Amino acid sequence: MIRNIALTATTALALSAGVAMAAGGHAEITDLDFAHEGPFGRFDQNQLQRGLQVYTEVCAACHGMKFVPIRSLSDPGGPEMPEDQIRAYAAQFTVTDRETGEDRAGVPTDHFPMSGMEGAPDLSLMTKARAGFHGPYGTGISQFFNGIGGAEYTYSILTHYDEEPACAPDGVDGFYYNSAFPNGGVPDSCKDEHGVSTVPGSWIAMPNPLSDDLVTYADGTPATVANMAEDVTAFLVWAAEPKMMARKQAGFTAVVFLIILSSLLYLTNKKIWSNVKGKKIA
Amino acid sequence: MAGIPHDHYEPKTGGEKWLHKRLPIVGLMYDTLMLPTPKNLNWMWIWGIILTFCLALQIVTGIVLVMHYTPHVDHAFASVEHIMRNVNGGHMLRYLHQNGASLFFIAVYLHIFRGLYYGSYKAPREVTWIIGMIIYLLMMATAFMGYVLPWGQMSFWGATVITGLFGAIPGVGETIQTWLLGGPAVDNATLNRFFSLHYLLPFVIAALVAVHIWAFHTTGNNNPTGVEVRRGSKEEAARDTVPFWPYFVIKDLFALAVILAVFFAIVGFMPNYLGHPDNYIEANALATPAHIVPEWYFLPFYAILRAFTGEVWVVIAAEWITFGIVDAKFFGVLAMFGAIAVMALAPWLDTSSVRSGRYRPMFKWWFALLCVDFMVLMWVGAMPAEEPYATISLIASAYWFAYFLVILPLLGVIEKPTPQPATIEEDFNAHYAPPAASAVTQPAE
Repeated sequence: MIRNIALTATTALALSAGVAMAAGGHAEITDLDFAHEGPFGRFDQNQLQRGLQVYTEVCAACHGMKFVPIRSLSDPGGPEMPEDQIRAYAAQFTVTDRETGEDRAGVPTDHFPMSGMEGAPDLSLMTKARAGFHGPYGTGISQFFNGIGGAEYTYSILTHYDEEPACAPDGVDGFYYNSAFPNGGVPDSCKDEHGVSTVPGSWIAMPNPLSDDLVTYADGTPATVANMAEDVTAFLVWAAEPKMMARKQAGFTAVVFLIILSSLLYLTNKKIWSNVKGKKIA
Repeated sequence: MAGIPHDHYEPKTGGEKWLHKRLPIVGLMYDTLMLPTPKNLNWMWIWGIILTFCLALQIVTGIVLVMHYTPHVDHAFASVEHIMRNVNGGHMLRYLHQNGASLFFIAVYLHIFRGLYYGSYKAPREVTWIIGMIIYLLMMATAFMGYVLPWGQMSFWGATVITGLFGAIPGVGETIQTWLLGGPAVDNATLNRFFSLHYLLPFVIAALVAVHIWAFHTTGNNNPTGVEVRRGSKEEAARDTVPFWPYFVIKDLFALAVILAVFFAIVGFMPNYLGHPDNYIEANALATPAHIVPEWYFLPFYAILRAFTGEVWVVIAAEWITFGIVDAKFFGVLAMFGAIAVMALAPWLDTSSVRSGRYRPMFKWWFALLCVDFMVLMWVGAMPAEEPYATISLIASAYWFAYFLVILPLLGVIEKPTPQPATIEEDFNAHYAPPAASAVTQPAE
């Protein structure tokens, strides 16, 4: 029976990976090992705080996170920043009070501001709304350990602003070539006779947001593009799934409890049936 | 209760007698729990309990979720995020509910295919089978409407596509579609009525589950041999059966615990595995997702829906014969619902007098092919509508119908079944040594 279930489960999983594969164009997604990955993975608190810095100083210029309450920065399993820092952080925003209708300084119970620029998507759920592994890594059970690759997708977008390919030397006006971005347009000169793109990725409206030493990390971590991209991605994973630590803890407790329970029930079952059934002979 | 002869509840104390005279509820519970159950049931008979658990899980988590959810197009998506972020344990409740639907469908498919292999649908269990099919349809309706509630991109566009199917019905289609949606397109009215029905239907399902259980408690369980329990006397019946409590209750609980361990691993460590990332983007009527894909449990029937395009000769023939009333779109809808209808009609399409597939040498292979066919349909359902998937889905859909409409009726005539055991006891003793002497001396309960 157990084999049966395992089979069904894997098939279902493999199938859903199939769904995904259909959705992605071909793009280069870098598989990265984040601290939060896997059943026992935990967020790296310092990384989340660095990521918040990158988000605030770079991303927030255009993007928003309207579903994330600022107070949750102090929640367990997140950046866990001290209360006074959060109060100071919130105060930098000007908020129109819902009750008085007047502008005031932000407080921790306010949410992060909405996207300030039209067309810049809200980032609250970005790492759950995108799936890097629906592409080249879309294989069944590996997602158990790697997740759906939303983090890798985000990281790859931030780091894959590559040289314009040879087929479009002059680029596309108002757009930027990104070898990890599957959903944008591709100029005709980069398509084969069937209209299929010959280059990885496509052209994206967002200009390359990161460059080396764009921010100054307080903890002395070198502010390379790769480091900043990884940090802000980890932060966005937390923003999209702030209860991840609690969830994994609950999952772990439940699985251990159920394994013990099923062992006991197995023995009970054997004992109960012993007066009906002897050894299996055929 | 009619059925297999067994001991009934006898009220002993004055209080018990008083209640029993007025409401024999203890007797009903006793008869339900002590139902004589064929002692040779294998592990494929656990899914009923799993399903009952799933229904309870969905209702309990759902009731709490409703306390925090807002069924309005402007607030639905945000209220789900509120559940995920601010409600105590809300993220767990929501993920349990979301993945609970998948567990529900894995279990129901295994339950249905168990019935198809062991001939559980055959006389005298047709009513149980039909009620089961109605439950399955209601489950699909409930799951579909539930998927709309988070108001993500897939919610919105899934609702648009599926309700569009009803629009394909000639003549009245558009009226029905408007009636379902509460307007010309998926909007607040749609969300509200889906929410209402999503809350209502599980209780209809619960009532039908009670009838489903009542029906097979009247006929008795089928079993892997398909041979009926002897009913000549209580003693004779007791040689084929053991009481449901404690033998099968404990066995089923063991199975449930094992399955829940896997389930909680998924909920705890990869809760979005079976979902679609697009549903974490708020619904937007102006942006169509690149690929609109239904949840995995709808894929086989979605594949059948898409298989019958305007180029298929049966579709062309149907269109010609009906003077264009049945066009390709409507044909696809008919095929999709027909695929479930032929399954529901299995009791009357299967002409074999032998119940269990175990004693049907040819049936076994056709049935195995049906299982493969189902998986293939699920796979092509997730693929884009292009070659080679279109041809594969057409072949797989054709086999689905051929199995029920041609193979099942024919096999009963041409197949030579292998000998069946005379009794369940005989089969059981052929597989298991008698219990050790020390065990037999223990009391039976």
